Amino acid sequence: MPGSATIGRRLAILLPFLWLALFFAVPFIFVVKISLSEAAFSIPPVTDLFAMDGGLLTIRLNFDNYGLVLGDSLYLTALLTSLRLAFTSTLLCLLIGYPMAYAIARAEPGMRMPLLLLVILPFWTSFLIRVYAWMTLLQDQGMINSILIWTGIIDSPLRILNTDIAVQLGIVYSYLPFMILPLYATLERLDKDLLEAAADLGARPWTAFLRVTLPLSLPGIAAGSLLVFIPAAGEFVIPELLGGPDTLMIGKILWQEFFNNRDWPVAAALATMLLVLLAGPILLLERTQAEDKP
Amino acid sequence: MTANPSRPAPKPGAGTDVLVRVQGVSKFFGDVTAVDGVSLDIRRGEFFSLLGGSGCGKTTLLRMLAGFEIPSEGSILIDGVDVARVPPYERPVNMMFQSYALFPHMTVEGNVSFGLEQEGVAKPERRRRVAEALELVQLGAYGKRRPHQLSGGQRQRVALARALVKRPKLLLLDEPLAALDRKLRERTQFELASIQEEVGITFVMVTHDQEEAMTMSTRLAVMHAGRIVQVGTPTEIYEFPANRLVGEFIGTINVFEGHLASVGAGASDIEVAGLGAIRLDHAIEGGVGAPLAVGIRPEKMRIARADAAEPVDGPAVNRLEGTIEDIAYLGDLSIFHVRLADGRRISVSRTNITRRRDDPLTWEDPVVVQWDAAVPVVLHA
Repeated sequence: MPGSATIGRRLAILLPFLWLALFFAVPFIFVVKISLSEAAFSIPPVTDLFAMDGGLLTIRLNFDNYGLVLGDSLYLTALLTSLRLAFTSTLLCLLIGYPMAYAIARAEPGMRMPLLLLVILPFWTSFLIRVYAWMTLLQDQGMINSILIWTGIIDSPLRILNTDIAVQLGIVYSYLPFMILPLYATLERLDKDLLEAAADLGARPWTAFLRVTLPLSLPGIAAGSLLVFIPAAGEFVIPELLGGPDTLMIGKILWQEFFNNRDWPVAAALATMLLVLLAGPILLLERTQAEDKP
Repeated sequence: MTANPSRPAPKPGAGTDVLVRVQGVSKFFGDVTAVDGVSLDIRRGEFFSLLGGSGCGKTTLLRMLAGFEIPSEGSILIDGVDVARVPPYERPVNMMFQSYALFPHMTVEGNVSFGLEQEGVAKPERRRRVAEALELVQLGAYGKRRPHQLSGGQRQRVALARALVKRPKLLLLDEPLAALDRKLRERTQFELASIQEEVGITFVMVTHDQEEAMTMSTRLAVMHAGRIVQVGTPTEIYEFPANRLVGEFIGTINVFEGHLASVGAGASDIEVAGLGAIRLDHAIEGGVGAPLAVGIRPEKMRIARADAAEPVDGPAVNRLEGTIEDIAYLGDLSIFHVRLADGRRISVSRTNITRRRDDPLTWEDPVVVQWDAAVPVVLHA
């Protein structure tokens, strides 16, 4: 049976494609379809793209939604705010997460698992509850303000909750593990001989870090940054709970368009644009990494 | 010590002034003593090997020379300077790692240039020296490649060039040939030795392979259980092993245990129960009756079929009778396992000097094994 091996191999390749088609491509096509329709008072609240008019198939594509999204500065501002917050969050996660991942990777082998467990532990509690917990911590009569006033550092409570700072804090807190885990994976795999070789060739510890450890952990940095940046850019729970009325993030706007305004086409257009915007950097990264691989 | 007649002169090339002085160095890891009170002098220009089985402490000693481990006791002087607490990046020492430890994200040139950059060598000078070092290891055309694009042998040479380019006072090699296949290893042995002669840098190599150590080194130290058992030239170590352990670790040796029967200026006899006397051509220290072990290398014995053996006049001295139990034909030589009268087995080798011998030896042949009185060596416990 010469063909069976090839068929098996093709099936093996086909499976992830099927997965991708079923859970990404098909839903995405629906979203694009909705983005090209018009809002209507119906269930679902959109018009159909295809209509049979006698024997005539008519297709109505409505590009107004994209025009609206591109034309209204609200959406653009929200988008830019989201990208800015996602970017600073990613940077903060990297600055906080790298030393943590490095320390865990360099810890005694027996200590690594418990330390990693501590990083993952918050996941065992509901995300929503953890964000609510931050609300009680950050509010005017919350623990942070109480302690600051009690110690006499400040006289009147700081306004932290319902500001961009609170949103930033919430995002960094929530997504830090996503930065630490891939960083740990790369740093732990790093060949210790390379650092000894660098020291042997005259590199002081800091130079060895900059010239050897850091460049070799770039894949981990890239993976961690993507894992933080992408969900952070689309985040809507954290700005909803910790942000103020003026915190405009694209995820929150999307939510509002869908559920408050019931304007599915505009929401879908927003979602499509967000995806295109975020997919670009990923594809670029993928390509540069593919070139680098042996 | 045995009052032995002629000790071979050391190989030429090695100077006599000491570059590295290891004084009473010990290293403990918790309860484990990895290196146990080692003292050792390594001379300038030498190709020195640390030879021993795994866990004998040779790698730990090398890592202390490199600065990756700090001695628990004792001192290490390089060119008269105590370096025991000098970090690796400040030592005039470079190391070639067993894993090569090439930086995968740098080109071959980048790897070789790295050490010079740390020294602050100016760019034109750096480029010249990198090119020179790559030329020395015959990799001039490979500068732009990445380590993963090279074969194992090429990687090994990049690692060598990277260590040599710094012109260290001392170059350390940790099992430099372990990852190469047999043919390449043999060729590289000679290459490494000739490069060492060319650059004149002192090499210290760690190896578990006695053949490698013998081929390449001017002197070597045999280590066991954290201690140095014997230091000497390859010939000294092979021909005059200090004790049974060295004799058995380096090559093959037939050991006979007996007691001293008579001592004379030109002949000492050792009586081996059940086999007869083994005669040595010099006086041996120790009283008559003292227990002794002597060793005889397989290639220093002659083997012949019993009916074709040299005739004996007088008592049978340095002569054993037995039966061939097994034959290993290695091409250049054959090794015969001979079962002696008392049941013990010895190895005797014979060079195959012709294509087909007129006195072929085969299984179960009764044979006579003989040797000269200059051949046996006394092995201390």
